[in-house]
Amino acid sequence: MTSSLLSVKELTVQVATPTGPKVVVERLSFDLLPGRTLCLAGESGSGKSMTALSLMQLLPKPMARIAGGSATLDGENILALPEARMRRIRGRKMGMIFQEPMTSLNPVMTVGNQLIGAITAHGNTSGRRAARARAVELLDQVQIPEPERRLGQYPHELSGGLRQRIVIAMALAQNPRILIADEPTTALDVTVQAQILALIRKLQADHGISVIMITHDMGVVAEMADEVLVMKNGRTVEHAISRELFAHPQDAYTKELLSAVPRLGEMAGTEAPKRAVGKAVETRSAPGAEQPMLQVENLTVRFDIKGGILQRPVKRLHAVEGISFSVRRGETLSLVGESGCGKSTTGKALLNLVPWAGEIRVDGRSTRGLRGSTMRPILRDVQMVFQDPYASLDPRMRVGDLVAEPLLIHGLASGGELRDRVEYLFKRVGLSPEQMKRYPHEFSGGQRQRICIARALSLSPKLIVADESVAALDVSIQAQVLDLLQDIQDETGVSYLFISHDMAVVEQISHRVAVMYMGRFVEMGTRRQIFENPQHPYTKKLMAAVPVADPGRSRRDFVPKAEDLPSPVRALDYAPSFSPPSDLGGGHLVWDG
Amino acid sequence: MPTMFAETARSKEGRTAGVWTRLLRRPLALIGLAVIIVVVGAAALAPWIVPYDPHEQFFEGLTIEGAPLPPNSQFWLGTDLVGRDLLSRLIYGARTSLVIGVVANGIAVVIGSLVGIAAGYFRGWVDTVLMRFTDLMMAFPALLLAIVLAAIFTPSLWIVAMVIAMVNWVQIARVVYTETRSIAERDFVTAERAMGAGAGRILFRHILPHLLSTIIVWATLGIATTVLLEATLSFLGIGVQPPIPSWGNIIFENQTYFTSAPWLVFIPGAAILALALAFNLVGDALRDVLDPTQQGRH
Repeated sequence: MTSSLLSVKELTVQVATPTGPKVVVERLSFDLLPGRTLCLAGESGSGKSMTALSLMQLLPKPMARIAGGSATLDGENILALPEARMRRIRGRKMGMIFQEPMTSLNPVMTVGNQLIGAITAHGNTSGRRAARARAVELLDQVQIPEPERRLGQYPHELSGGLRQRIVIAMALAQNPRILIADEPTTALDVTVQAQILALIRKLQADHGISVIMITHDMGVVAEMADEVLVMKNGRTVEHAISRELFAHPQDAYTKELLSAVPRLGEMAGTEAPKRAVGKAVETRSAPGAEQPMLQVENLTVRFDIKGGILQRPVKRLHAVEGISFSVRRGETLSLVGESGCGKSTTGKALLNLVPWAGEIRVDGRSTRGLRGSTMRPILRDVQMVFQDPYASLDPRMRVGDLVAEPLLIHGLASGGELRDRVEYLFKRVGLSPEQMKRYPHEFSGGQRQRICIARALSLSPKLIVADESVAALDVSIQAQVLDLLQDIQDETGVSYLFISHDMAVVEQISHRVAVMYMGRFVEMGTRRQIFENPQHPYTKKLMAAVPVADPGRSRRDFVPKAEDLPSPVRALDYAPSFSPPSDLGGGHLVWDG
Repeated sequence: MPTMFAETARSKEGRTAGVWTRLLRRPLALIGLAVIIVVVGAAALAPWIVPYDPHEQFFEGLTIEGAPLPPNSQFWLGTDLVGRDLLSRLIYGARTSLVIGVVANGIAVVIGSLVGIAAGYFRGWVDTVLMRFTDLMMAFPALLLAIVLAAIFTPSLWIVAMVIAMVNWVQIARVVYTETRSIAERDFVTAERAMGAGAGRILFRHILPHLLSTIIVWATLGIATTVLLEATLSFLGIGVQPPIPSWGNIIFENQTYFTSAPWLVFIPGAAILALALAFNLVGDALRDVLDPTQQGRH
């Protein structure tokens, strides 16, 4: 048994609120061993980030303060060090990576200057040339191709994955012995997430760094952790070796957390979505009997990128390039793909929120060229639930008014009837009608998403476009919202176009799935066809990248070099070429390329 | 984790109390409100409360050498360069300055906000036409424009107010335009469009409330600017015509005596400052009180 590198004892953090101090981390203790990874796992508000910030003495003062406890690193209690001494610990002994790689880099400084700044931050006086050489070495360590060229680039010129690698390189600049990573992959696409996790593991193996990893994703925990500390409301609910925790979770909350995680492949052999009764589609989808709820043919969305003095179009972004699909009544079709693949743009085109070409028919009615009042009847049938429930509700309006608004706009109810209707909607989505007078900021993320769903439901639409509607929610809340969506479908026969990047969630909720890449479909079929018999290499890559909540599964040790994403921005005269899909039978379509 | 605070922050009474009650609970807002009430009251009741006729030149209002008198028991705030009572002139001047600072500035704020919102939300040709016009107005020297306008119309208090409004709306239009553009990009506005809300509803129910804080700040800043612009116009002889007093023209009339009779500049200057500051304090408090996400915080 090696002795511990960092020993945290009874750490307590308080936050000042208008109603008095509130304990956000309560008597937290753990030992971090050299070269090992400790995961702090928990949902939002569990105090895991506060723990990380207090170890670095980076708590937002004066609102938050360390109220007790100690953290011993090399015989010193780092929680009690004065700022001048603490600066020497940060970077040199402990490095930190944050969630959002765009905001943790300075947008107006080149990558090279920021890295050199990190290298020379502690009076390393070996000269600029040496610092530059070290910067190149660091970029090479984090597997960034062409490190020399990257030094002269600005953060916005790089993809999210490359940015996060640069943040890691900066954290490693002073050869720290501990790396604290706060949700380092949450903002990244799954394939990039897999690369970054593999990179952290490789660096750890090469340099013997200890890692404290903060995450809400039990899949990431299983991939990374040697030891796991599960937190809830600032308290430790379980602390165990990773394998044991996943094999024999002791605490009820841990069990709940693990069972809430959708597992890829757990639905194998079933036809209908997880909770759906499965009858709706079966009975109603007799071939050719009925026209589909939504028909999209050859949908194309391109945005001109203007430039020059005259603001003429100079290039064109091919966001969506000739896709065709249909959604039947009571069916859920999922569009799955990584950021920038055009899936959200497709959703917006259905509501005429972006200009498009091609043909869209809602319940047989073409929506081409409809605007304002002519589009309004279509919008009664098609509604949308957005990704971010914090951003998609007007913060200055009471939630009752927000839910009533669509009914008022469409002139469907007023007075007492309106009130009753809104009350019913609140109950329907699992909220109490007493909450109608409150403002959006008084609700949690999951409750806000319920309000958004109530708003969408108020018009009794026949199709709901759910754009990443559970992506911003904690897993347990995510499961509840997915259940709600499926209950509503069973009850009302509404169709969903479910837009998501999360393969595991898609597997749970879909009847059919379309995989999108660079504005095109690469594969489309029933849920079983896609998940049990994926044909396109991109579909396979997406599925392989999903972190699985099973530490026994062999870890992927390959570390691919980061690659630049191919860009959908093309010259003005670019004419895309189409190849028809090959039909594997039963509606399973696969495209080339 | 800012949401954590917000969720616990609102007290029970905070939710039920009206805007007024919550406004009156802020000491700084109360001070501001008191100053405004005093000035407005003085302006309204001017004929009954002034100690002397503001136009009368008192023989005993000047020293033997012909210099103005400092504040004394007869003339509380002293006299001006021709021996008129400064306090009386200041009280009557409040009428002019309030009209300029509140009415002229108010019209400027309304025009600027409407132009900015429309250009920022509708984009396209509406944006091009409105904003290029705004740029043109901005590039044109405000003073020159005011001189031209004042030369065309015979100067009177109301004409001066209109002239000031015409040159002062451009900055607000610019600022509101930029803010509107960024708010219009936010998800909740897209969500409104997605449920079929018309432009009027989106602009006035959803975007305007978010612009209030910006507009209020500009409106309060504008009070001092417009009062001073009126003073400048008066100084050039195209503002409010003497002998009608305004706080601005009191300063300009007397500025040559600044070294020997500093109170003639300081006192009306302090009055302008106090009025602007008072509107600022009230505006600031109003902004917080009107924002439901700010309640419970100070």
